[in-house]
Amino acid sequence: MSSPKATFLDGIHIPPNKSLTDGQEIRSCPAPDFVYLPLSMHIGAPANPVVKLGDKVKMGQVIATAGGFVSSNIHASISGMVTGFQRRYLPNGMMSNCIVIKNDGLDTPSEDIKPREESEITPDLIRKLLQEKGIVGMGGATFPTHVKYAPPKDGPAIDTIILNGIECEPYVTSDHRVLLEYPSEIIQGLKYFMLASGAPKGVIAIEENKPDAIALLSKLVEKEPGIEVLPCAEKYPQGSEKQLVYASTGRTIPDRGLPAAVGVVVDNVATAIAASRAIKDNMPLIERVVTLSGNAVNKPGNYLVRLGTLYSYAVENAAGGYKGELSRIISGGPMMGFAVNSLDFPIIKGSGAVLLFNHDSVFAHVPIEGTCVRCGHCVDVCPMFLEPTVIVQNVKKRDWDDAAAASIHACIECGCCTFQCPAHIPLVQYIRMGKQFIGGKGDGGHNPFYTIKK
Amino acid sequence: MEPTKEPASLVILSSSPHIHGGNTVPAAMRDVIISLIPAVLAAAYYFHFSAISVILACVISAIVFEAICQKLMGRPITTYDCSAAVTGLLLALCLPPSFPVGLAVMGSFFAIVIGKMIFGGLGCNVFNPAHLGRAILLASYPQQMTTWVLPITAMQTTHASTSATADAVSSATPLVSMRAAEQLWQTGQQATTQLPSLWNLFIGNVGGSLGETCVPALLIGGLFLIWRGHVDWRIPLFYLATVALITGVYGGVRGYDSIFPVYHLLAGGLMIGSFFMATDWVTSPITKRGRIIYAIGLGVLTALIRLRGSYVEGVCYSILMMNMVTPLIDKYVRNTSFGGGAKK
Repeated sequence: MSSPKATFLDGIHIPPNKSLTDGQEIRSCPAPDFVYLPLSMHIGAPANPVVKLGDKVKMGQVIATAGGFVSSNIHASISGMVTGFQRRYLPNGMMSNCIVIKNDGLDTPSEDIKPREESEITPDLIRKLLQEKGIVGMGGATFPTHVKYAPPKDGPAIDTIILNGIECEPYVTSDHRVLLEYPSEIIQGLKYFMLASGAPKGVIAIEENKPDAIALLSKLVEKEPGIEVLPCAEKYPQGSEKQLVYASTGRTIPDRGLPAAVGVVVDNVATAIAASRAIKDNMPLIERVVTLSGNAVNKPGNYLVRLGTLYSYAVENAAGGYKGELSRIISGGPMMGFAVNSLDFPIIKGSGAVLLFNHDSVFAHVPIEGTCVRCGHCVDVCPMFLEPTVIVQNVKKRDWDDAAAASIHACIECGCCTFQCPAHIPLVQYIRMGKQFIGGKGDGGHNPFYTIKK
Repeated sequence: MEPTKEPASLVILSSSPHIHGGNTVPAAMRDVIISLIPAVLAAAYYFHFSAISVILACVISAIVFEAICQKLMGRPITTYDCSAAVTGLLLALCLPPSFPVGLAVMGSFFAIVIGKMIFGGLGCNVFNPAHLGRAILLASYPQQMTTWVLPITAMQTTHASTSATADAVSSATPLVSMRAAEQLWQTGQQATTQLPSLWNLFIGNVGGSLGETCVPALLIGGLFLIWRGHVDWRIPLFYLATVALITGVYGGVRGYDSIFPVYHLLAGGLMIGSFFMATDWVTSPITKRGRIIYAIGLGVLTALIRLRGSYVEGVCYSILMMNMVTPLIDKYVRNTSFGGGAKK
């Protein structure tokens, strides 16, 4: 009898719908005629452009430099000429300045992309390269990775690096495919992370619905000291940082805290691949694997796409276009992704999936909100042990003190509560609104309802 | 700039999550109705036509009253969600057989209009509507509410005289017999022969309300609801365990027969109350710890009323009293967020 699988408390089970795309190899999407690279592709200060209109750029060349410590560089994903600057909306609703580059079709690589001597690699060099080569969290949060490896000196020492290969969202399979197709780079990236932080232990966490990836990685880490593969029970949201740290190490990250507070750093497996290429070959982050799926896509699958490619181009040229009238376009996974109003968005560092649904799918249906029947399902499934219905009642009453007392800030917006609610109440949406009001950002920054009490 | 292909139709811009698990209130209510089918069949088997007429009267009138109220309140009519039907059905199962149909309709009125609609409809009521209806009926029509009959199957095993045309014969319920037996036990006499056998009590071959007698039917339904995830197992478990513990200790201390706690578990409305009435979503707490406290409170009150109160049945009033306490439990029994208790 195998030992109980690593898991966390509460949470939900969602039909995975991954079979549309998880059996096929990653295919390349051809480079587009134009790429639109936002200066704000990461958490933190936007990057500052170092090119101007008319400049010729090579593939991998720096076109914008970090705007501060918590920021990252941006690189050209194709070779060609800078033809303009555009303000575009990003899927999360924020507006960003974008550098537009016209493709010259040559893919001329930048001269500084060449392999490095193993002996040159030191923890400080790793930190420097992670920022220089634009490595940010590719699981979706896009947090600049070098910051994770420069924790404050007064915290506990980092003793475990966890690579997040969980991918608990339905439909999305990009992490699964990179686990199968680039496993040695994942392990190399993990070793660089362990070197940079001084951690003796590395864990690659994979959800048990990917047995082929678990078997392959387990075999490859047999000879690696300090590295192990951890299969985790299939449950949503296992891939959420706090839940993953608890399942892998048993440690609870304190409220408002980071994993570094318990001596752990978590990074996505795709980030590990990008880090490995940055450190070993001086290769910046210019492309990523994106799952194009959903019932409307003609050729669902995982595609290697250059950053800055518009969704419309990728869907048309890699996934064979779509069929039917679209009813929902989701950037990311169905549980935490953003529904967008067109295919006119660029693929950015955190874009793991683009899902297209037409009117033949359940996604074409919009439920009507009912009254809370106090069933308690939301309370039972919340992985952060909150009481969503209580928070939402307080938000509806504009009672911000009680909402804050109910720990509204601790909500990770995973969507488990809304998924289970029989009255179809959009709990996460109300909680988001509540967080905005409490933060003073509702009403354009002037919130007549609440002043933040110190 | 390259041309972009815009979708021709309107797309839905929802806030995440964009998928739903498929739970709905009507589906859950339908599951409750399905889980009560064994009890309805048992009632029909034991009490024949009077059972069917009371059940139909309660269910139909509950649906009609809710629709009328919603129309008068200017709200959309939501009777399709079956919650009124469930209330009517549960009320009917708490009524004695051969209860006058007109009074059963009155009961539905009290349950739906006073127990639910004046509070604001589904989700807003403080009391369990079916039990509130029953309590008002008991206070208003005590004679009819305490006229019990034996099912025909039980009549054949007793030597009470029967008339050829009667469907059933008036008799005491097991709980009433228990009170009489207790008095005999206190004087040291054996009284077990006064009580129906445990098997008859279990299978429902005794007098009682329509739905509360046949324990296997109720257990099947209750376990079905737990399996479907509509009912938290903590409530029936802690409720029944508390009643068993208190009656067991009470009987043990006084030297009663050892079937005393078992009898209490199987007799009266405890089975139907613990699985179907105490677990009503709207009137029970929303946290797991809260539900345990609620269930233990129910057990204490039920045992107290049955053992020391002048009523023989404690379930109805203890559920109504704990319903009043539920908002207090929800206010003070709060979850600490994950990581909220840890040191910073």
